[in-house]
Amino acid sequence: MNRFAGFVRKEFFHIFRDKRTLLILFGLPIAQMLIFGFVISNEVRDVGIAFYDQSHDAVTRKISDKIVSSGYFLPEFNIQSPDEIEKAFRSGKVREVIVFEPEFGKKLERLGTANVQLILDATDANLANLVSNYTTGIIQDFVTKSNQTTQRPIQIVPEVRMLYNENLESAFLFVPGIMALIMVLVSAMMTSISIAREKEMGTMEVLLISPLKPMQIIIGKVVPYAVLSCVNVITILALGYFVFGVPVQGSLALLLAECLLYILLALSLGILISSVANSQLIAMLISAVGLMLPTILLSGFIFPIENMPKILQWICQIMPAKWFIIIIKDIMLKGVGLGYVWKETLVLIGMTGLFLLISLKKFKIRLE
Amino acid sequence: MRTILFLLQKEFLQVFRNRMMLPIIFVMPLIQMIILVNAATMEMKNLNLFIVDQDLSSTSRQLVDRFAASPFFRISGRSFAMDEAESGLKRGQCDIIIHVPANFEKRLVRENRAEVQFLINAINGTVAGIGYAYAASITAGYNRDILLKWNNPTAAMTPIKSIGVRTSFWYNPELNYKVFMVPAILAVLVTVIGAFLSGLNIVREKEIGTIEQINVTPIRKYQFIIGKLTPFLILALVELGVGLTLGKLLFDIPINGSLVLLFSTAAIYLLVVLGMGLLVSSLAGTQQQAMFINFFLMIVMMMMSGLFTSAESMPDWAQTANIFNPIAYFMRLVRMILLKGSGLADIYRDVVSLFIFGIAMLSLATWCYRKTT
Repeated sequence: MNRFAGFVRKEFFHIFRDKRTLLILFGLPIAQMLIFGFVISNEVRDVGIAFYDQSHDAVTRKISDKIVSSGYFLPEFNIQSPDEIEKAFRSGKVREVIVFEPEFGKKLERLGTANVQLILDATDANLANLVSNYTTGIIQDFVTKSNQTTQRPIQIVPEVRMLYNENLESAFLFVPGIMALIMVLVSAMMTSISIAREKEMGTMEVLLISPLKPMQIIIGKVVPYAVLSCVNVITILALGYFVFGVPVQGSLALLLAECLLYILLALSLGILISSVANSQLIAMLISAVGLMLPTILLSGFIFPIENMPKILQWICQIMPAKWFIIIIKDIMLKGVGLGYVWKETLVLIGMTGLFLLISLKKFKIRLE
Repeated sequence: MRTILFLLQKEFLQVFRNRMMLPIIFVMPLIQMIILVNAATMEMKNLNLFIVDQDLSSTSRQLVDRFAASPFFRISGRSFAMDEAESGLKRGQCDIIIHVPANFEKRLVRENRAEVQFLINAINGTVAGIGYAYAASITAGYNRDILLKWNNPTAAMTPIKSIGVRTSFWYNPELNYKVFMVPAILAVLVTVIGAFLSGLNIVREKEIGTIEQINVTPIRKYQFIIGKLTPFLILALVELGVGLTLGKLLFDIPINGSLVLLFSTAAIYLLVVLGMGLLVSSLAGTQQQAMFINFFLMIVMMMMSGLFTSAESMPDWAQTANIFNPIAYFMRLVRMILLKGSGLADIYRDVVSLFIFGIAMLSLATWCYRKTT
């Protein structure tokens, strides 16, 4: 046991000696949390717009003022002729051009109806859609208000309740995803690189002929990274709670247990990769392409899985991160217990067992 | 000049000797295009809608039918009880519940006003926001129609004013999210290839020890940097060409602007990326370190650049930070040139900024590279 403790200490020394990598390991989750929490948002604010007012009367001015004062839009300039619309979009400053037809106010007064055209730069499809909905809403509101003086029109009022995340905070979505990502990064990638490095440097041989059992070597390699992962998980949860107000609705113990399970899974993946890879570069590439990318893209971290093509949805099924993220979201945000997530938990346990089995089979105690 | 030529020859030999290189150059864009573009979709369709219609009047049924007919929603269940719907939401079987309360039609007729309730799973704020925008616009559309239909005689005497709003979506009339993503993926591709090839290069020579051999030759620092830079610049531009071809073939993305402008912009942008890579490479001690530093920089800068969400909606400090983020410039430029056909006159300020960046980065990299250990 003493020997083993010494070996683990050696591993910790290895990690702590490389200050830059260590800094990045702890800095990355924090930076990601801050970026995702503060920067990535689906808010519409300060969207550049331009008016092409062919009428210039009191009504169009009122509508323009109402649109500008809503706070969503930033009027960039006024357009005088149709050619300028194209130019406005090409300059990249304007996302929406609002065109009032000639004699707008008069038509509205006499005929009771007038037309306004919204031209959107739809290169960003989602933003274009949101912007057009917001603008339409403001214009309709103007009509409703000006009608109210005469009579109350029939009105269906949509009431909305955003469940689990009332203010549409993006942090709610990203905290589980970042946890999955960081654990894969620290547990799987770092472990595989560190074992591959011993092979590359030739020091693996020294370890193998030492009185330590192969099992102990592997466990010793893995323990420091497990500890690092735990620290990271706690950092992310604390940051999420105190900075972004992401609650833990369910049981914290269950949450941490699931995290431990996922760390175990990531570690077994790391061992598996290192048993295949002979050099650091290969280990790095396999973990980056095989683990990092799928964790970011195919886990429902950022992009909803339901919207993907069927084939990709099938691939998503075998991504451990997908199941982990479902579990974490359910426990943290919906506050459900094990009764709701036992299936996903079983999948993770099964995967862990499978990876451990394969890597034990593949682990060679002799070097060729 | 001759020295540089020899250096170039050496670098090219080194790049192509590596058997992994060619597959990486051609397979990586293919994989990225196919998987990234298809996976990275915020396109909203098939949102699962659960209907709780407690009114069961012709009005409520018509309203619900509007939702069923919309391509954005898929009816995943109907019930009379809210409990059942809410449990479906909890289990993740539906994303949105539409709840039409009892007496909906009666209230609409008598009081001219009735509520419809939407319960939305908002863990993914983007999906929830856009989903609600669709739901609200369907409701508003239905509202307008019954307004016209029910226009009772008293109202006919004082006609209700209405403003017709017509919307046209330029550059992307079908609101295809892929059109937004493909140029971004091209930018990512160029960045990743440039940054990682250059970032791991010098440090690798350090680890193997061959850097000493170069250090003892009379090669000047700037010659060394130019010799390292040019091959990667060419490779990254080839990569852009491959990616663009694939984008055109697979997704038929519009190419509205001039290709010459696109490639020259990319070349200027690559000066920044390669300069940064070389800087990381000459500062890092091991490949692993260089990889992690690069990885960190890339993730932070890409997320900030407006890869998935538009950069304009970011908070002010983030927009200020983006002044120093070369990826943000390039991301914007690629989209503008390809999708909107922006010309040099529209983008010259960004291009000049990138150029200044590039010169600064390269000077810094040259300055930081030490021939002595």
